[in-house]
Amino acid sequence: MASDNNILLDVRGLKVHFPIEQGVILKKIIGQIRAVDGIDFEIRRGETLGLVGESGCGKSTTARAIAQLYEPTAGEIYFEGKDLCKLSKGDLLEARMHMQMIFQDPYASLNPRMTSGDIIAEPLEIYRGRGFLQVSSSDIRKRVEDLLEKVGLSRYFVNRFPHEFSGGQKQRIGIARALALNPKLILADEPVSALDVSIQSQILNLLHDLQNELGLTYLFIAHDLAVIHHISTRVAVMYLGVIVEIAESAVLYDDPLHPYTKALLSAAPIPDPEVERTRKRIILEGDVPSPDRERYGCYFHDRCSQRMDICRTNIPYLTEVKPNHRAACFLYFKPS
Amino acid sequence: MQNQEILSVQNLKTYFNTDDGIVKAVDGVSFTLNQGETLGIVGESGCGKSVMNLSVMRLIPSPPGKITGGDIFFHGRSVLAMSEDELRDLRGNKISMIFQDPMTSLNPFLRISTQLVETLQLHQGLSKSEAREKAIQMLRMVGIPTPEKRIDAYPHQFSGGMRQRAMIAMALSCNPEILIADEPTTALDVTIQAQILEIIKDLTVKLNTAVILITHDLGVVSGLCNKICVMYAGRIVERGSTDDLFRDPKHPYTRGLIRSVPRLDKTTHERLYSIPGTPPNLINVPECCPFHPRCENAMDVCCGRFPEEIDFGSGHWASCWLCSDGGGSGGV
Repeated sequence: MASDNNILLDVRGLKVHFPIEQGVILKKIIGQIRAVDGIDFEIRRGETLGLVGESGCGKSTTARAIAQLYEPTAGEIYFEGKDLCKLSKGDLLEARMHMQMIFQDPYASLNPRMTSGDIIAEPLEIYRGRGFLQVSSSDIRKRVEDLLEKVGLSRYFVNRFPHEFSGGQKQRIGIARALALNPKLILADEPVSALDVSIQSQILNLLHDLQNELGLTYLFIAHDLAVIHHISTRVAVMYLGVIVEIAESAVLYDDPLHPYTKALLSAAPIPDPEVERTRKRIILEGDVPSPDRERYGCYFHDRCSQRMDICRTNIPYLTEVKPNHRAACFLYFKPS
Repeated sequence: MQNQEILSVQNLKTYFNTDDGIVKAVDGVSFTLNQGETLGIVGESGCGKSVMNLSVMRLIPSPPGKITGGDIFFHGRSVLAMSEDELRDLRGNKISMIFQDPMTSLNPFLRISTQLVETLQLHQGLSKSEAREKAIQMLRMVGIPTPEKRIDAYPHQFSGGMRQRAMIAMALSCNPEILIADEPTTALDVTIQAQILEIIKDLTVKLNTAVILITHDLGVVSGLCNKICVMYAGRIVERGSTDDLFRDPKHPYTRGLIRSVPRLDKTTHERLYSIPGTPPNLINVPECCPFHPRCENAMDVCCGRFPEEIDFGSGHWASCWLCSDGGGSGGV
């Protein structure tokens, strides 16, 4: 698989567990938060993989583990055929050059004491300092100005500070920073959820245009199903640290298989009163359970309306139910 | 009974004095709310939705805020003329509110029971044991399992959805006539949002409570509200029944909002429609249509004067110069 040239990122069996500690001086580990509990997926070049799920399901942890900001507990992450978890520090730095992040909160992700020009130039400066880039300071300045224009801002904004920009403009600066190194993969962690409706569509269009222009690949994380539907070529639905369903965007939205996906889709409101009146909602019972214990059955079984006995005792693994449509649910296959 | 008017806001103006100038957070807003109705107030952040509703409850901190014009009538009585005692009865008993973040609106040091019982004792004059009985009953109504046990929990022991349920229980425990819900589901996940909206819908029908729902989410209003007001920069630019507004939006801002939201049921991988620019700063807004710098149909007259509201029939009004040529005939 890793030799398939079309696959940019291949994640296999990724687990990220965080220890729960007790005690101040003598720390004792009393449990594990299983934020990501064994997921497999791949991202092909030029596509957008949408990762959708409720808060606490491990979407952001997945993105951060891919960028090696968290050390995975288990699993492999192949980026262009190289396992990121096993790379040396220098090699990792080089690999990360092709992989950049956009964050949710544009207020928190820009340093308030740096000008927008410095913020966008920072990745370039870092890689120049380590000897990866042979560029002059004037090249960097030129590049920063070009990037500002590319994301729809004026090149005269280089000397302004983040507080002088609106939320949408700040997010554009965050995008410009992510583009500075000409990355292949962009990990976009809820890039539009902090923005107003009219600004949200501007940023979505910008991301769409940049993808067409620069041939970018996105891992796009959001909790808004309509946004994911709009931007993604393929969609993965996460629940409690596992992927429960993954398929082409159109297929997943037209013909969801997993009961959780069905509930999620029916719960999302549609801005049309006529459609809303005739829709049938599946209202799930209860809340998402805490991810602090090991599970021996389906992760969703306690909230599922179609649960069976085997769901409590066997874990359904992601299985190809239809061509290119994988789901983790015993409604569609028998436990092996 | 259905059509009895309970709240009427007329030309309300709430201004804030700041060092940079006067912020016209609400600038001449009028609407009415009838019994049993669900009114949605839609707008982007900073458009004055929340300030308008705080003004209705007379909760604007003064200074710096001040209601400088207009009036609010609750059952025909001016809220602005009420004494502190009357206001205390109005708040909580007649009109109650729920907020976006239930964690910050519940006291983290007190048990849920203490907070619920206190409300009931204060407003309804119940004894402690009666109030506790009623509180448990309310928690059961909003779908909290084993309320007899959970009532003694602290807010941090509840999940976000359960906290919001507890808030709804508290808000509805005194049988208010109006429930103001300020972004009640914005902090919640989609499946929990669906649960909470369902509860609000069921309970308000059961208790015959009118609802003012403040939100930025057009999907939420289209499922829940009969009437909608669209606010922009402190003004209501369009109001009408939900069906009219979505089927035939008159104001370019409303049209833009509806078109710029990606929809679950329609696939387009093309570009979304988007409104250019950003919402204006509310300091020293000129006396013109605040939307004209972003409007694709802007004309010369737009930067002169704010347009009058035009009636399109059946309670559908819009403030736009584009519509004023027809003089209320309905078509543009």
